[in-house]
Amino acid sequence: MVENQRWLDVLAHLTLILGVAVVALPVYLAFVASTHDPSAFVSGLIPLLPGDAMGETYAAVLEGGVKSQMSVPILLMLKNSLIVALLIAFGKIVISILSAYAIVYFRFPFRQLAFWMIFITLMLPVEVRIVPTFKVVADLGLLNSYAGLSVPLIASATATFLFRQVFLTIPDELMEAARIDGAGPFRFFRDVLLPLSRTNIAALFVILFIYGWNQYLWPILVTTDEGFTTIVAGIKRMADVVDSEPLWNYIMATAVLAMMPPVLVVIAMQRLFVKGLVETEK
Amino acid sequence: MIKTLSTSVLALCATLGAAQAQTDINWWHAMGGELGAKLDEIVAAYNASQSDYRVIPTYKGSYAETMTAAIAAFRAGEQPDIVQVFEVGTGTMMAAKGAVYPVYQLMADMGEDFDPEGFLPAVVGYYTDTDGNMLSMPFNSSTPILYYNKDVFAKAGLDAETAPKTWGDVEAFSRKIMETGAAPCGFTTGWISWVQLENFSAWHNQPIGTLENGFGGLDTELTVNGPAQVKHWENLAKWQKDGTFQYGGPGGGADSAPKFYAQECAMYMNSSASRAGVIANAKDFEVGYGMLPYYDDVEGAPQNSIIGGATLWVLQGKPEEDYKGVADFFTYLSSAEVQADWHQFSGYLPITEAAYELGKEQGYYEANPGSDVAIKQITLNAPTANSKGLRFGNYVQIRAIIDEEFQRLLSGEVDAQGALDSLVKRGNDMIRDFQGANG
Amino acid sequence: MRAFATNKMQTKRTIFRNRWLPYLLLAPQLAVTLVFFLWPAGQAVWQSFLREDAFGLKTTFVGLANYTRLFDSPEYLNALRVTLVFSVSTAALALLSALLLALALDRTIRTTRLYTTLLVWPYAVAPAVAGVLWWFMFNPTIGILPYLLEGLGYDWNHALNKGDAMALVIIAASWKQISYNFLFFVAGLQSIPASLREAAAIDGAGPVKRFFTITLPLLSPTTFFLLVVTVVYTMFDTFPVIDATTGGGPAQGTTILVYKVYDDGFIGLNLGSSAAQSVILMGIVIVLTVIQFRYVERRVTY
Repeated sequence: MVENQRWLDVLAHLTLILGVAVVALPVYLAFVASTHDPSAFVSGLIPLLPGDAMGETYAAVLEGGVKSQMSVPILLMLKNSLIVALLIAFGKIVISILSAYAIVYFRFPFRQLAFWMIFITLMLPVEVRIVPTFKVVADLGLLNSYAGLSVPLIASATATFLFRQVFLTIPDELMEAARIDGAGPFRFFRDVLLPLSRTNIAALFVILFIYGWNQYLWPILVTTDEGFTTIVAGIKRMADVVDSEPLWNYIMATAVLAMMPPVLVVIAMQRLFVKGLVETEK
Repeated sequence: MIKTLSTSVLALCATLGAAQAQTDINWWHAMGGELGAKLDEIVAAYNASQSDYRVIPTYKGSYAETMTAAIAAFRAGEQPDIVQVFEVGTGTMMAAKGAVYPVYQLMADMGEDFDPEGFLPAVVGYYTDTDGNMLSMPFNSSTPILYYNKDVFAKAGLDAETAPKTWGDVEAFSRKIMETGAAPCGFTTGWISWVQLENFSAWHNQPIGTLENGFGGLDTELTVNGPAQVKHWENLAKWQKDGTFQYGGPGGGADSAPKFYAQECAMYMNSSASRAGVIANAKDFEVGYGMLPYYDDVEGAPQNSIIGGATLWVLQGKPEEDYKGVADFFTYLSSAEVQADWHQFSGYLPITEAAYELGKEQGYYEANPGSDVAIKQITLNAPTANSKGLRFGNYVQIRAIIDEEFQRLLSGEVDAQGALDSLVKRGNDMIRDFQGANG
Repeated sequence: MRAFATNKMQTKRTIFRNRWLPYLLLAPQLAVTLVFFLWPAGQAVWQSFLREDAFGLKTTFVGLANYTRLFDSPEYLNALRVTLVFSVSTAALALLSALLLALALDRTIRTTRLYTTLLVWPYAVAPAVAGVLWWFMFNPTIGILPYLLEGLGYDWNHALNKGDAMALVIIAASWKQISYNFLFFVAGLQSIPASLREAAAIDGAGPVKRFFTITLPLLSPTTFFLLVVTVVYTMFDTFPVIDATTGGGPAQGTTILVYKVYDDGFIGLNLGSSAAQSVILMGIVIVLTVIQFRYVERRVTY
């Protein structure tokens, strides 16, 4: 804190409380919906306070009963989601930090071309190039495998771009000092760049983990073995009801449960958000 | 939890062990929720009933996602044996001659006992060619009917046991309901395209397109801008202005159901398969059922309504044993017992006479009022060229155009004639496009 | 502090000299990009010159026909206009509100983690459910917001009113991106040395002045990153939101370019036209991005 100004602190808290109220409202509603009977949300103004059916609903979902709308146990789906999310998050961070390092700290022919080649991967979501991408995965024999589920999604321009931004802000003096100390590219990367990118790696990990966790279309497409069903694909299956009303209470309860692992990741990663890691004069 | 896990692992090992001598039949479907669970149950019963084949059902997302998945897989040589396709994809599937294996041909080639006469013509007619050959196996078909709120009817001083028959009734009943304050709105509807245009046309024996509503070839054109349709859309716009009718949104009209459940609108038109959902969500009132309303001054009305839903298509490029299994499975699927069970559980129409008769014998329709309105409505008269169904290419896009033009009508941008003329013109462009790509 | 603007891409003054190492470092990323992105995208480009049925059984080369037809169609030109309004508004809302929240969070001490968790939480809502939640909130019959607005005398109806529909998709699309932007703004703010701001405070600079002279310039690399990413997000990743809330309606009032790509290709299976639309869309965004790199990045302080 730079100085003490009470009104600024109060204003900050008010802004945050208002922000949380607006941003988290849909999450709250999902929770409320999971505590009512299924018709409460479509027959009259939606309730804003939790109902009394919470216990039964969550118990039913965890038991996997739920007039069994899913043919796969919830634990297996959670496991699949976890594997896919971790593969995507780690995979993206590793390949991106390496490529950003190459682009910022080396000069070589086709450097700019390489950056733009990576960059345009931002520009076509899987849904619009689904037919050719599916064919590639099928030709490589990756259908029904964790590799097929995750590898096509780890090409990421976002992460490369972020690391480029982070590296560019790191003072050149550090590199010069490291060179005087006789540090090569590996030591510099390990001892200087990695620690200085910690906060951004943590933020990126949160975002990428959730991104991987929330995939459903791609998993549904490239697997035919129910043993690979992810939790979000399972939720989608529960909600994908034609000609009748979905059982919103069970769906929302599953959705609330499915949110827990990502939230744990958010909480865990905040340990890395320590102030003033970069105390060097810029 | 651990116990259930280990039993399912054991069950899995058991099926894997037994699988070696079996031929696997892959079936990709779009049935989520309870219907998906019921589908799994039907398949499990089939798998237990014999040991030559094992059907593996796989959920592949929404209808559109399932269809795209099957197409992507076909292009990569990884297609399933059977795929469930919604009715508006029929044109695409049928035009893909090298990709689909017509059901009548499959049954004949595999020497399977197959009697096309046993099926309900109003259901299978939608999926036959002009020679009467069945191309795909109907699985979940429904037709729109009218639901009404008996309590509101009584409160308004109407006879709670009498559903409106004509659009004149709908208007008069709505007036009374609104004037007495029994409910703020007369009626709402799901699926503007399916209910208030396609079924409206069939129900009034008006052509939807040339060449028998497109059954006769790709060279077809839309004709829904006739006087009957124009008059109806004019009325809908008028009724929306004075509050008699409330619009439930594009596509399936997701906003319409809550209007009925919350007792805002007293009448509601939507799929007969929604019956169970309507009963479950109509918490504080009793539901009545009726056939779709008609204009009594239109000649030929009421004719018969048409269906919607999805059918099972068989894809080419699989080994012969697979097709033997598919044929065997289809015979099982269309047996009276399985059909009656699926029909009674889901509210979808039975596809054979035998299943309907079985339901009657079991006393199902007496015990469940309203459950036979749909069957009576589709079989009211023998289907004509106008009421057999429809078959146009790029129909998914045309449905979207119908919604757009209806929204333009309601917001006052165009009148009914203008909206329908523009719909026909834009729709025909889509059909020409499809003809170009498939002709 | 130094700011250097180059019209070439940003680089370091001191660099490692190594002939093969940079290629080795780039190899995994490029391999994945080539196999799973460039190769399929190349096929999409080829597809845009073809007219083909969905199953790929009949293929005709039609040259630029898929493109010329688009530019003759009033619907496509309408989508261009709608995209402009939607993207600018969504990007502005998602960036400004996230920045505001991150700045507020920067002043708190004990409650930081709680606020961060609550604000990032919504990002984890399953996509299949997020659309339904918006439907619940804005439904004219059962939704709370139309109910509140009715109390204020406003008759909300996004199924018929284009303005309401646009507001709905902008809010829903920004909501998803606020958490994202917030998290990176927070990460960016944490890397700003407290000593700099303290020094400025000692010099007598008030909070507003400090924000514009110290915080904002030091945050500019993050801001630039988020600007580019958010613009790309609004142009490419927003079709599920639109699909779940307005379906592009009423009367194409919220049909943005990528929604048309998705609707015509994925739902409508008109692969040629959809591919042509993706190519145009990619072209537009690449130009936009190059402009941002050439002109906006000059103002970024590294």
